[in-house]
Amino acid sequence: MSSKRPLTKTMSRTALTRTLVQKLKRDEAVIGGIGNTNFDLFAAGHRPQNFYMLGSMGLACPIALGVALAQPDRGVIALEGDGSILMGLGCLATIANLKPRNLTIIIWDNALYQITGKQPTATSAATDIVAVARGVGIATSEWVRDEAHFEKLIDRRFDEGGPALLAVKIDDAPGQGQTPRDPALIRNRFMKGLGAARAGALDA
Amino acid sequence: MNWSDSFLAILKDNDVRLISYVPDNVLTPLLKGVTADNYFLPVGATREDEAIGTLSGAYMAGLRGAAMMQTSGFALVGNTLASLVVPYQIPAIMVISERGTMGEFNIGQSLVARTMRPTLDALGIAHHTLTDTATMPFIVDSSIKQAFATQAPVAFILSPLLTGGNPAAHAKLKV
Ligand SMILES: Cc1ncc(C[n+]2csc(CCOP(=O)(O)OP(=O)(O)O)c2C)c(N)n1
Repeated sequence: MSSKRPLTKTMSRTALTRTLVQKLKRDEAVIGGIGNTNFDLFAAGHRPQNFYMLGSMGLACPIALGVALAQPDRGVIALEGDGSILMGLGCLATIANLKPRNLTIIIWDNALYQITGKQPTATSAATDIVAVARGVGIATSEWVRDEAHFEKLIDRRFDEGGPALLAVKIDDAPGQGQTPRDPALIRNRFMKGLGAARAGALDA
Repeated sequence: MNWSDSFLAILKDNDVRLISYVPDNVLTPLLKGVTADNYFLPVGATREDEAIGTLSGAYMAGLRGAAMMQTSGFALVGNTLASLVVPYQIPAIMVISERGTMGEFNIGQSLVARTMRPTLDALGIAHHTLTDTATMPFIVDSSIKQAFATQAPVAFILSPLLTGGNPAAHAKLKV
């Protein structure tokens, strides 16, 4: 494992989130982390299996892990920013040890806390998220070289092959959408999308 | 039946299978029981906020869970409760071994313990202090049912009166 960051193209979170969402064919669950990450997930077009985090910075991967354990036959994808994953790197170790084969993590690494004023994160200097992920035991972890490489890496079934982590260098643009700020509604729709909602006449 | 076997039997009766946790000495019999019984799905988390995140994801995907932690671990989860569990209406079952009281030797434990009930009260989260094996089954069973029926979290605080407290603390205090 090299400690040097590989040369990768700087890409667009908005564009790649759209590419990802368009590729999903098996009702995969997608957990969008705080801020820009879930704004771009919403902007890519709402789907019933999307969960948008309006707070709880750093918990996209733990939430996705719970979904993956509860529904082992469904592909689950966690989208998380570099600042957010840095807040709770320990969850990567937990995931490495539980080995959910249906969990894929995508880290959007702009080396910034973009949404709070573009302060630099640790990945702007010494820290390499892929090296961290491999170090804690997520062997299938790699830097995405460019858009074509991204498309190739996501052109697979997400219910197997995990746990996997893809890290993407992105530019400093903000997210494009504005997720509705209604946590109870988000939760309810997500549960319905996963077939886990309580049955009720209101759904008729 | 001892308190921990009785507690786990109630979790089972209520289909609570996923147990995410950060260990504590007092939780040892519960965690031993969880790992010995393949009904349960144990998730050893690195932090308590992570444990609650995983439980939340599992609940939304149809699997009920409980998070086990000690008092100081609870002090790490305020933001997770305020920004995830309460607004998203997640019936998180929290099982907290009460440290910092009745024979604690560690001043940090005794200080952080004072923040627990005020935090739960500030967020309007129901909490029950479990003190004896006679009343515990009714409290736990009915409160878990209420949590899932009303989609609201609940905290069970395991008092030293129930668990005997931390054996290490007792040994230290004798000195
Ligand atoms: C516990 C906590 N600490 C700090 C914040 C403030 N905050 C909100 S989003 C954010 C930055 C997230 O950074 P990153 O995940 O890299 O996403 P980006 O904004 O760069 O897209 C911060 C620091 C918060 N919401 N919660």
